[in-house]
Amino acid sequence: MVPLSYYLVLSGFLFACGVAGFLIKRNIITIFMSIELMLNGVNLSFVAFAAHWHVLAGQVFVFFVMVVAAAEAAVGLAIIIAVYRTRETLNVDQVNLLKL
Amino acid sequence: MTSSLNLWLIPVLPLAGAAINGFLGKKSSRTAVTTVGLVFSGIAFAWALSVALRFSSVDLPYQEFVAHWIRSGAFSADFALYLDQLSLVMLLVVTGVGFLIHIYSVGYMWDDPGYYRFFAYLNLFMFFMLTLILANNYLVMFIGWEGVGLASYLLIGFWFTKDSAASAGKKAFIVNRIGDFGFLIALFLIIQHFGSLNFTQVIAQVQPISPETGSAGLLTAIGILLMMGACGKSAQIPLYVWLPDAMEGPTPVSALIHAATMVTAGVYMVARSHVIFERAPMALMVVAVIGTLTAFFAATIGIAQTDIKKVLAYSTVSQLGYMFMACGVGAFSAGIFHLMTHAFFKGLLFLAAGSVIHAVGGEQDMRKMGGLRSYVPWTFLTMGIATLAIAGIPPFAGFWSKDEILWQAYSSDHGSWVFWLIGIITAFITSFYMFRLLFMTFFGDYHGAQVDPHGQAHAAHGHDDHGHGEPHESPIVMLVPLMILAFLSVVGGLVGIGNRFEHFLAPVFGSGAVSEVAGETASRVTEYVFMGISVAVALLGLMLAHVLYVSKPYLPQRIADSLNGFYTAVLHKYYVDEFYAKLFVKPLIQGSTTILWQGVDRKIIDDTVNNAADGARHVSDEVRHMQSGNLRSYAGWIAAGSALVIAYMIWMGVR
Amino acid sequence: MVSVHLILFLAFGAVCVAGAVNLLAQTHPINSALSLIAVMAALAGEYLLLGAEFVAAVQVIVYAGAIMVLFVFTIMLLNAGVEERTKGSRVAVLFGIPGMLLGSILVGWVVLRHSGTEAVVAGALPGDPKVIGQLLFHEFLLPFEITSVLILIAIMGAVVLASKPATSPAGKVE
Repeated sequence: MVPLSYYLVLSGFLFACGVAGFLIKRNIITIFMSIELMLNGVNLSFVAFAAHWHVLAGQVFVFFVMVVAAAEAAVGLAIIIAVYRTRETLNVDQVNLLKL
Repeated sequence: MTSSLNLWLIPVLPLAGAAINGFLGKKSSRTAVTTVGLVFSGIAFAWALSVALRFSSVDLPYQEFVAHWIRSGAFSADFALYLDQLSLVMLLVVTGVGFLIHIYSVGYMWDDPGYYRFFAYLNLFMFFMLTLILANNYLVMFIGWEGVGLASYLLIGFWFTKDSAASAGKKAFIVNRIGDFGFLIALFLIIQHFGSLNFTQVIAQVQPISPETGSAGLLTAIGILLMMGACGKSAQIPLYVWLPDAMEGPTPVSALIHAATMVTAGVYMVARSHVIFERAPMALMVVAVIGTLTAFFAATIGIAQTDIKKVLAYSTVSQLGYMFMACGVGAFSAGIFHLMTHAFFKGLLFLAAGSVIHAVGGEQDMRKMGGLRSYVPWTFLTMGIATLAIAGIPPFAGFWSKDEILWQAYSSDHGSWVFWLIGIITAFITSFYMFRLLFMTFFGDYHGAQVDPHGQAHAAHGHDDHGHGEPHESPIVMLVPLMILAFLSVVGGLVGIGNRFEHFLAPVFGSGAVSEVAGETASRVTEYVFMGISVAVALLGLMLAHVLYVSKPYLPQRIADSLNGFYTAVLHKYYVDEFYAKLFVKPLIQGSTTILWQGVDRKIIDDTVNNAADGARHVSDEVRHMQSGNLRSYAGWIAAGSALVIAYMIWMGVR
Repeated sequence: MVSVHLILFLAFGAVCVAGAVNLLAQTHPINSALSLIAVMAALAGEYLLLGAEFVAAVQVIVYAGAIMVLFVFTIMLLNAGVEERTKGSRVAVLFGIPGMLLGSILVGWVVLRHSGTEAVVAGALPGDPKVIGQLLFHEFLLPFEITSVLILIAIMGAVVLASKPATSPAGKVE
């Protein structure tokens, strides 16, 4: 039997890796992928709790998260493409027109 | 229960007149303004007369409820009116003399561009004064009290384009305010200890209290504070300084407000509160001392003044001192009696002085007058009667009232021969300076400038001239009030014979007011002796004035020169105004400039605001670096922030 | 006590961890993408262990199969190369990483300390499509419908954003 806490630790670790990648990486696409990693970590947490408390709503929520992640990925990648067209680079440090 | 007397009409009618004249007067004709002004105050007087006629059939004291005002817990104060013998006397005096002065003003102010304004203010004053007199509780009385102060300010500064007039108005109002401070504290004390400001309720609660011994106690405090208010309103020491300056206003104003009515409000208030004073001997002593000192002090100043109105002003202060002396020895009805006769002869004196000033085309300095007897005979006649009255020569009005006061000052329980002595000396001085005024103005040779057709000498008068070559008598509209008042000055004192006036007011002041002839025949003789002394003293003053100003006119200058320093001090009113300026006004202005303006306003308030703005700017200067345009730093902030939030939530969950 | 459940959990978990770390370590985005796919596959396994069959299937089909393919396509289209070193962000390094570390340590500590030993039984709560479907169309109908609108909007947005910009009018002057 696997204690719940193991799942949660794994979920937390995945989330932490996602945040790390979000902060460290310079390539926009890689940053995006880190976000997806974060979402996955959270999904695992949801499912684990659903199984723990025998509430199926957790899995339904995971379903919704995935749907939203899909939508977000689509739009986000479209934005990346648009940015690439204008800036000719995928380096996030060069997208700094908002600088004061 | 008697039917309603509709007392409320008496104050409200002048108010309506004031409103009409105030709002519509500018565009109306002189006739319309005159009609409104006279009609409303006339009807008020007529109504007062009708009330007087019905007086014997009315239950006293008569109270009339007009409207709710304050209902707060156990405390209530309503707009309600109160009528008893005392109010009736005051009512008749105010409406009667007031109406006469209205008539007089028609002639006096006819050529003034602010004619409508004058009548509006005059009616407004009547409204407030009547409210003061007819109030049934201290709070409504205070409304009237403040209101007459306002009207006084407006009327003193009537020719507001003149600096001195505007300043005099301010001075009057501000000095009054100082007295009002005391009055208010007294009201607070009354509310706190008696729970009400209603006269009947306060009287009922104070009555059972036995007189306070020693100098401490609640009633003493209330009494002294009330007296402070009276000092401000009735120009006693130390708050009398505004009254001489108030002569900047038109002469009818001086007659009405600063002789007959407003300044007597203080006396009325003290008389109204007699139950409190009677049970606080120390307060009574304070009142008597202040009154006596003021009477003497002001009389000495009056000797040296050269402006005809200033002499009368100081005379008013002095006579008010007599009234307070009367109240201070417990002879309240004597004080009110003198108030009434004083309204007659002082009002007459001022109006006649106005007539004189009008005659000489605006000159107010007596040294430039003289010999006017032949030019303005009617004015001379009436003014002579008034002077005889104020000097206390029988059978004119002033004799009866002043003598009653002096007698009471000696014989009353609270009295003392000291008061009598100072009173007698003051009577001598009063007679002297009043006859001095009479002689300087009407006897001798005319020293004045010939009044040329375009009226050069208009001084403080602001009055258009009629272009006559020499002093001329006033129009009939101004003379009739003079004559009526002269008549009253002659017969007005006769109501005091046989203590009839006292008996009339006895229901108000009770038996404790006057020591009813204690020790019958012996004190009778003393009374007659004193009467004789006061008459003698008055005649002495007359003779001295005659010597100095008619037969040997070179003498005054010699006397003044020999007294030199002292004379200069008296001439400059003992430098009291300068003293006050140095002691109070200058430090106040200084403190206000350095502490309040530069310190508080500039440094604290302005700097706070400026620094707050500066601070916001500096903070934003630092914070703006957060928006660097660098996506990763944004990401970093987000991560940091969310970490904090998560940590906080975990901590809350763990607890 | 060691059970099959635990071994399988550890196995899949190891793959997850390795993939996540690899995602961070790699410089070329395609390598990161492939690591992410591995993570997702392993997660699908974890879901199966927890009895969430439907979710596991959706994970593989939608996440690994569609979204990641989208990522790979984008990488290919944009010809993303190896990351170059550029000036980073002080804030990210100073605040972000310690913050994240702190957060994760905190979470881990709390979880491990307080969860006790209640175990999750494998397959205790069967998440078969039928049951999920009933939930979706009864209690969660409104979110379901809204989500479908959301997807529609996302599609439209993506199409608009990624379409070629209209050529600027050249005007008559050449």
